Amino acid sequence: MEPVKIVDGLAVPLDRANVDTDAIIPKQFLKSIKRSGFGPNLFDEWRYLDQGEPGQDCSARPVNPDFVLNAPRYKGARILLTRDNFGCGSSREHAPWALADYGLQALIGPSFADIFFNNSFKNGLLPIVQPAAVVDTLFAECEATEGYRLVIDLAAQTITRPGGEVLGFEVDAFRKECLLNGWDDIGLTLRHADEIRAFEARRRIEHPYFFS
Amino acid sequence: MEPKTLYEKLWSSHLVREEPDGTALIYIDRHLVHEVTSPQAFEGLKLAGRAPWRVHSIVATADHNTPTDHWDRGILDPVSRQQVETLDANIREVGALAYFPFKDERQGIVHVIGPENGATLPGMTVVCGDSHTSTHGAFACLAHGIGTSEVEHVLATQCLLQKKSRTLLVQVDGALPAGVTAKDVVLAIIGRIGTAGGNGYAIEFGGSAIRGLSMEGRMTVCNMAIEAGARAGMVAVDDTTIDYLRGLPFAPAGADWDRAVTYWRTLHSDDGARFDKVVRLDASQIEPQVTWGTSPEMVVPVGARVPDPAEVSDPVKREGIERALKYMGLAPNTPIGDIPVDQVFIGSCTNSRIEDLREAAAVAKGRTKAGSVKRVLVVPGSGLVKRQAEAEGLHEIFIAAGFEWREPGCSMCLAMNADRLEPGEHCASTSNRNFEGRQGAGGRTHLVSPAMAAAAAVTGRFTDVRTMQGA
Repeated sequence: MEPVKIVDGLAVPLDRANVDTDAIIPKQFLKSIKRSGFGPNLFDEWRYLDQGEPGQDCSARPVNPDFVLNAPRYKGARILLTRDNFGCGSSREHAPWALADYGLQALIGPSFADIFFNNSFKNGLLPIVQPAAVVDTLFAECEATEGYRLVIDLAAQTITRPGGEVLGFEVDAFRKECLLNGWDDIGLTLRHADEIRAFEARRRIEHPYFFS
Repeated sequence: MEPKTLYEKLWSSHLVREEPDGTALIYIDRHLVHEVTSPQAFEGLKLAGRAPWRVHSIVATADHNTPTDHWDRGILDPVSRQQVETLDANIREVGALAYFPFKDERQGIVHVIGPENGATLPGMTVVCGDSHTSTHGAFACLAHGIGTSEVEHVLATQCLLQKKSRTLLVQVDGALPAGVTAKDVVLAIIGRIGTAGGNGYAIEFGGSAIRGLSMEGRMTVCNMAIEAGARAGMVAVDDTTIDYLRGLPFAPAGADWDRAVTYWRTLHSDDGARFDKVVRLDASQIEPQVTWGTSPEMVVPVGARVPDPAEVSDPVKREGIERALKYMGLAPNTPIGDIPVDQVFIGSCTNSRIEDLREAAAVAKGRTKAGSVKRVLVVPGSGLVKRQAEAEGLHEIFIAAGFEWREPGCSMCLAMNADRLEPGEHCASTSNRNFEGRQGAGGRTHLVSPAMAAAAAVTGRFTDVRTMQGA
């Protein structure tokens, strides 16, 4: 994974609650056995007017002009503003793969679904929780201001708004280190292989029926 | 000793190590694998030159992409076929405790085959790259869905990086009225706490109404814990749990069985254990439920009407209701009983077990599909469920009613195979998600119990199953 330190980019507001991972990347694209190439089908049913199928050339498809990601002013956005419970539903990691492949690097919202939240960190996508009132303000400012950019500094745990105001945010120390360094957490876990082996040996004696 | 919740017992018995910030390594006993969320994990493992830690923890099957008819023709969609063949190749190379490939007599939905084979045992940690892994919590397991990176992590290390969840007790006491099922209980719970109500929590379902459920019913309830936002749902061990497991292929036997049962009897929350949150429901007040919108929390009793957004003050909520009504093609205040049904789906990891099929058959018996209903699919959860249903003659009841009796798989719960809705069609579905496009682009899903789905199939609209004879 590439390290994530600073996200400096255009924000795009997706103003709906309970956005599920089926909406983020519909099921027909889950047939792929790759991790990449999901960006063109991000939010497929909202983004296009026709029905998407795997392997299509999306550049030739009719786009939905009413969908916010299609507005020219949000082209090249790096930060997605979200509402409550973003990423609910299916555990498909194809959802963060699609968001990242599209070019998004951070999400800011009042709450995220647990599995999606976890999956995002594994893919260099930073989900940031902010109080609902702050998120309301960011939505209002973003919608009112063309070219609305935010600067997220992960090391300092700050979001800087265009006027220079700075917001703080919380992030787990472990996840932060992994993102800043681009660490692969399997490698980190395997540093504790002896402890895992010792635990497993004890468990095998105590509960042999779990190992048959 | 400090009284502990079931979740705390399961957590502490699997804790390998914990960092100062609370990030923990927990040991994984059972790893369920299916074709959709595993290929990238196997590939990652191979690219990094890593070996799987304990292949005997793996139970695998192909379920999401597999067709439910004409098995003699194989998998026609080449992309689906490649994914299933990739699983075949990966398991052939790596190994597993058990693999039930496409067409195997024990193949089926991963959350049906684990329990019915005794591969899901109380006290285990169970993971799968699938959010409905919460199902297995019905056996007092710590069971939850994970992403593909975590699938690879578990393959490589037999552990998962986790932070401890908060605990939520959902206590359902009282007697369920006739015609009201486990599905109605869990939909009523989601209606109460919302789809984000369980975010950050592990839910324990307790109370006399939960204890009164069969294992099938408990699986239905735990299955939809994720629809309330909780990764994990669970129910304490009791005689019902132990009776279900006795004699299953992967369950312990002989002296091991006795030893296991002694341990399993400890898997309940102690008297006086503290939960971070408690929600109580009165089972006697629960009615058959029907979802009207595009989120499982958009649910009402069958006798109610769809809501009127004009009566909602919160703008985000109001817009959510307006958007859902538009997508569903419903006017505010429409009686649920007036919604016409185009298709019916009886199946999925929520409701495809033998008891579910019996409930549906009890309603279908001696009746026939309404002329306005285009298709009724009955998709058993596994080959074993199918065989049992056929031994009981349930398939004949369905076929006589004009329903289609299919081969096992995930089918129209998520429509990755050929079973799907056409745009604009309303479907009475026993599955778990009514999201936009879930059962096919433009499809309109209404979540119900198997009995309510069968009632919709024979009447052509949502009908209170309590008013139907024989149900």
